[in-house]
Amino acid sequence: MAEVIIQDATKSYGNTQVIHGLNCTIDHGEFAVIVGPSGCGKSTLLRMIAGLERVTGGTISIGGEVMNEREPKDRNIAMVFQNYALYPHMTVRANMSYGLRIAKLPKPEIERRVQEAARILQLADFLDRRPGQLSGGQRQRVAMGRAIVRDPAVFLFDEPLSNLDAKLRVQMRIEIRRLHNSLDTTSVYVTHDQVEAMTLADRLIVMNGGNAEQIGTPLEVYEHPATTFVAGFIGSPPMNFVTGQVGNGGTSVTLHDGLQVAVSDDTLAAMAGQTVTLGVRPEHLQLAASPEGAMPMTVDLVEALGADILAYGQVGQEQVIARLPHDAAVKIGDRIHLSFAASQVHLFDATSGARLSP
Amino acid sequence: MVENNRLLVIFSHTILILSVIVLAFPIYVVFVASTLTLPEVLQTPMTLLPGRQLIDNYVTALTEGAGASSTAVWRLLLNTLIMALGISLGKIAISIISAYAIVFFRFPLRMFFFWLIFVTLMLPVEVRIVPTFEIAAALNLLNSYPGLILPLIASATATFFFRQFFMTIPDELIEAARVDGAGPIRFFFDMVLPLSKTNIAALFVILFIFGWNQFLWPLLITTDPAFDTIIIALNRLLRAVDDQVDWPLVMATTMMAMIVPILVVVLMQKWFVKGLIEHEK
Repeated sequence: MAEVIIQDATKSYGNTQVIHGLNCTIDHGEFAVIVGPSGCGKSTLLRMIAGLERVTGGTISIGGEVMNEREPKDRNIAMVFQNYALYPHMTVRANMSYGLRIAKLPKPEIERRVQEAARILQLADFLDRRPGQLSGGQRQRVAMGRAIVRDPAVFLFDEPLSNLDAKLRVQMRIEIRRLHNSLDTTSVYVTHDQVEAMTLADRLIVMNGGNAEQIGTPLEVYEHPATTFVAGFIGSPPMNFVTGQVGNGGTSVTLHDGLQVAVSDDTLAAMAGQTVTLGVRPEHLQLAASPEGAMPMTVDLVEALGADILAYGQVGQEQVIARLPHDAAVKIGDRIHLSFAASQVHLFDATSGARLSP
Repeated sequence: MVENNRLLVIFSHTILILSVIVLAFPIYVVFVASTLTLPEVLQTPMTLLPGRQLIDNYVTALTEGAGASSTAVWRLLLNTLIMALGISLGKIAISIISAYAIVFFRFPLRMFFFWLIFVTLMLPVEVRIVPTFEIAAALNLLNSYPGLILPLIASATATFFFRQFFMTIPDELIEAARVDGAGPIRFFFDMVLPLSKTNIAALFVILFIFGWNQFLWPLLITTDPAFDTIIIALNRLLRAVDDQVDWPLVMATTMMAMIVPILVVVLMQKWFVKGLIEHEK
């Protein structure tokens, strides 16, 4: 059993704190994805789990044992790096077996594990080649092979697909997930790509500015984003935000142009008169049958994606994107009216960005 | 070539051929002189066609030396080879280790030591040769191989050269090796050394020739002709005052002094170029 438990973990470089007391439990066999914009501390957190960065405060434990003071090689982990980090002067076989040779495993056992990993990753024909003679996808596989042969309790991936082209990325994403399912290990995967995050994760850790903004399954995070940051980061195109005032009784929100939006949220009753941020995903907007009670928008850009079209426009000061069916007849310059179900509205505190809706 | 102009080709080849003639002609004269007898050399003008004494002259020089009290050339070559190899391998060993320490470890006064090494670049050998001689004498290193080699081993240039290369080794490679369990010593022998092999080869060629051509230091540190290097011996032969200089034997010695560095360059040319222009991907 190898669950990863992070308790109050902090990391500072000199006086600059970059991880501010993070708590998270990743269960055995789970595929956890840490996602966030660049500079949010996601790679630092992964490197703390790996032991490549010292933990300033708090603890990180793997399989019930505190790992703070252990060398990476003693943590029962394996890591796949962004630039593969293959040893350029060694053959694929030597690359994969290097760690095992240092650990002084018996030769037949090393050979057995290398053969097994090569079979899983379809690298059997390339064992005697050097990394320089391989394509990007093959190098990525070798990097994964090097991790597999260690037979670790936890796999750590640091943006492993960001150097591959789009098609290969999708293919390798599926292979990584299959691999995880077949190996019965825990995986921690860092990415800035929210599609990768959504598709791979059992548990999503959305980070921003050194904090975990939200931890949950991809659907939980999508359906109940905890903050405006999460709401804007997860989902593509991002959620639309419009500010407005809570009306009397808390059953409606008045946008600045006087439009009243009905909301089905009884927590708002006490907030009459306060400013809130109202969020609706582009896919939950539709063309209204009548202008009555709908949000008017002048279209200034249309993107046809094939399956659907994205209509961009301004509502008040904010840009709003609507994902409409592919046959919607919308042109640049059209004035359209958008409606949405009250249940699809997310309400956030206008200043803190925290979620108000349940 | 930018332009395939016939005139340009002829022009540039003419320049190149002329330069080669200018550079190679003295060497050819040395070669011819080394194949003649002494009276033939002393004729004016000297013939420019090789004579019949080639084997005789070289065998005499190799086994007996060129002149009454001189050391046999085989001994001179051996001395020079030991010194040149000692200097070049010693310099590489010392500087690769210092560069490794400076690039991959964080220790107090790291940058101070780096600058200390760097500053020695500014001091030419001649400036510090007297104190160095004092120290070598105090350590009983006069007239010995260690005396010829050790004071010349420290090299700021080579340290700097390796430092620049080590800084191109990606951090991820170091981290991958750490995860694989390689400590600093293993990392040095399994990663850094094999990755530096073309650089080492290039540096070896430069340093070997530097060592082979040493003049001032061997002149100071050795007084016993048994420890003469071939460059020193040549100088000694030319200054024979009371004796007729045996030109054919001196020229044969000169040829042999040149042949070893030439062999090193020719044999290691491929590595040399590779080490200076590219790094293994």
